[in-house]
Amino acid sequence: MSTDILNSEYKYGFFTEIETEVFPKGLSEEIVRMISAKKNEPEWLLDYRLKAFRHWKTLKHPKWAKLNIPDIDYEDLYYYSAPKKKITPAGSLDEIDPELLATFAKLGIPLNEQKRISGVAVDAVFDSVSVATTHKVELEKVGVIFCSISEAVKERPELVKKYLGTVVPYSDNFYAALNAAVFSDGSFVYIPKGVKCPLDLSTYFRINAKETGQFERTLIIAEDNSFVNYLEGCTAPQRDENQLHAAIVELIAHDNAEIKYSTVQNWYAGDKKGIGGIYNFVTKRGNCLGVNSKISWTQVEAGSAITWKYPSCNLIGDGSEGAFYSVALTNNFMQADTGTKMVHIGKNTKSTIISKGISAEQSENNYRGLVKIMPSASGARNYSQCDSMLIGDKAQANTFPYIDVKNNTAVVEHEASTSKISEEQLFYLKSRGLSEEKCISMIVNGFCKDVFKELPLEFSVEAVKLIEMKLENSIG
Amino acid sequence: MIEIKNLHASIDANGETKEILKGINLSVKAGEVHAIMGPNGSGKSTLSKIIAGHPAFNVTEGSITFKINAKDRNLFELEADERAKSGIFLGFQYPVEIPGVTNFTFLHEAFNETCKFNGAPEMNASDFRKFLAPKLELLEMNESFLDRPVNTGFSGGEKKKNEILQMAVLNPRLALLDETDSGLDIDALKIVAKGVNALKSRYNATILVTHYQRLLDYIVPDHVHVLYQGQIIRSGGKELAFELEEKGYEWVIKEFEEKNLTRS
Repeated sequence: MSTDILNSEYKYGFFTEIETEVFPKGLSEEIVRMISAKKNEPEWLLDYRLKAFRHWKTLKHPKWAKLNIPDIDYEDLYYYSAPKKKITPAGSLDEIDPELLATFAKLGIPLNEQKRISGVAVDAVFDSVSVATTHKVELEKVGVIFCSISEAVKERPELVKKYLGTVVPYSDNFYAALNAAVFSDGSFVYIPKGVKCPLDLSTYFRINAKETGQFERTLIIAEDNSFVNYLEGCTAPQRDENQLHAAIVELIAHDNAEIKYSTVQNWYAGDKKGIGGIYNFVTKRGNCLGVNSKISWTQVEAGSAITWKYPSCNLIGDGSEGAFYSVALTNNFMQADTGTKMVHIGKNTKSTIISKGISAEQSENNYRGLVKIMPSASGARNYSQCDSMLIGDKAQANTFPYIDVKNNTAVVEHEASTSKISEEQLFYLKSRGLSEEKCISMIVNGFCKDVFKELPLEFSVEAVKLIEMKLENSIG
Repeated sequence: MIEIKNLHASIDANGETKEILKGINLSVKAGEVHAIMGPNGSGKSTLSKIIAGHPAFNVTEGSITFKINAKDRNLFELEADERAKSGIFLGFQYPVEIPGVTNFTFLHEAFNETCKFNGAPEMNASDFRKFLAPKLELLEMNESFLDRPVNTGFSGGEKKKNEILQMAVLNPRLALLDETDSGLDIDALKIVAKGVNALKSRYNATILVTHYQRLLDYIVPDHVHVLYQGQIIRSGGKELAFELEEKGYEWVIKEFEEKNLTRS
């Protein structure tokens, strides 16, 4: 049974009682081996995990972000938790625990054939495993592979082996090493040459189990002249303990390929006093490998107690383009240190950064971004715009833009602003009959408009609602 | 319609409390047009902001009652948005920019909120667009206005026209127009005045706050009041405005001060 915790602010805060298989707490080579064995992984992947684990043991928690991260006891976490009932192979949902189907339906993600969302294929990830992927048959017709990464390791090991860790090596950072050692599932997407993916692809991440970390890994490969629109959503139960989510997303775009990656992140953010919430420590990066390839990251970060996340692009192919559109909202005691890295390597590469940070109550919202123009990147262009909005007197916003230009033909533009919702703006709108909450949501939505318009329509509607809901009780 | 009695108000600025209004009495009935005139700093804008519910001012004494559904209501019990939905409109001297929000969305939301509050049916977007068309025409505004962000990058004249457009949409019972004429060239002034006049009826009232008599050539007031140092020092008919135009404020102020002297 699903139990509703009375909560008007976070409607996804419920917990699903379900029979699960859990590995013992703590992190050791043994646990890494167990995860790998559970998935019948090939030797090379186990080796990869072990190398990552050994490397992770040499690393220290990074301190450079402007975040106050309490010590995390990595020995006191579960690294694998999965629903006991057999996960079904492609197509059939008959064997899935009905509780799981009910859970996803409640989250607005119906998985069964009759009710599923048309036009969007969904991979549903519950704690450590992918439980279902919809529309697989339709996608296979055009050669698109959309499945869990565990399945991909079995079915298309050559592709996984070729690309896994090539964009984000396990040595990249502390959380990347941790993820590479213990990742349990995630989504895999392969778009063959010349295919414009007929459906939007989407992964929905749900954390359910207590004291469990979620370490998923997503790998998307777009071959020459292909296109895919990928959406990602996340929620978790409301609890007093913090939970760790450390994911890796790797994108690869070949010649003239385009990947649009959108996220609406609504992990549980903790309560008004700052108790509980998800630690969202994510490494997302795309390689624009091919000429004229394009990758865009659009994110609406509205949840999590702490967010540490920098979706980035390596612009390797000549004429390739990277974009980062972000709205990060922090409220109560939330902290966010988020931004992007745009590394220009190929000639005539172009990047666009539009970041909108909104902070309310005692929260702290930091933009951190790097624009790096390598000596090889003649004719590179970057445009960055970083705007912060403060609501109330207690919130903080900071902008840390780093610009590193090693080619003098580059054109780099940076604009930044910090604003406060002024008493005059509020009074103006109120004097037209709009309630204070409506006024603030209108001002905030206007502020975020340049980012929201990059989202697919249904996501954009959801994003507007989410921002309104998050601000509902922060005013007055 | 509105009764202001012995209104005293102050503002806190730089750690000091400054009294701005010192006992205003004013009564406005449906169908009337009042002009409040006076030199800069006399408290004209403050008075209109207090009626609309601006939070920056402290009312220290006095009362304002406003008729809502045939009952006198204490205006201070209502928030600014409730006052607006109950029929009070303030046309701003300096309309505020709201980047990223289209005029259309803004007008549509404001209209529907007001309808909802008053138990009237709301309007969908396409009907609302049709509803706006004649109002745009009245103010000689292009439809493209609707898709621009509220007041952002508008010229002074466009901003003022936009205020009157909002007034036309919300159809208030009491319109307070704060220096609506400032920053307007003569053509724009005529259009704005035409708009205001077209909206006048025997059911609503208008209070014009203005420094110059110019606007009153186009919107003719029934009553003119001179505000000076937070008090209404003289009231009269429209001829008072012409007198002020001719002779300036000095003579009224002088008379007032002499009267005060003889009193003390």
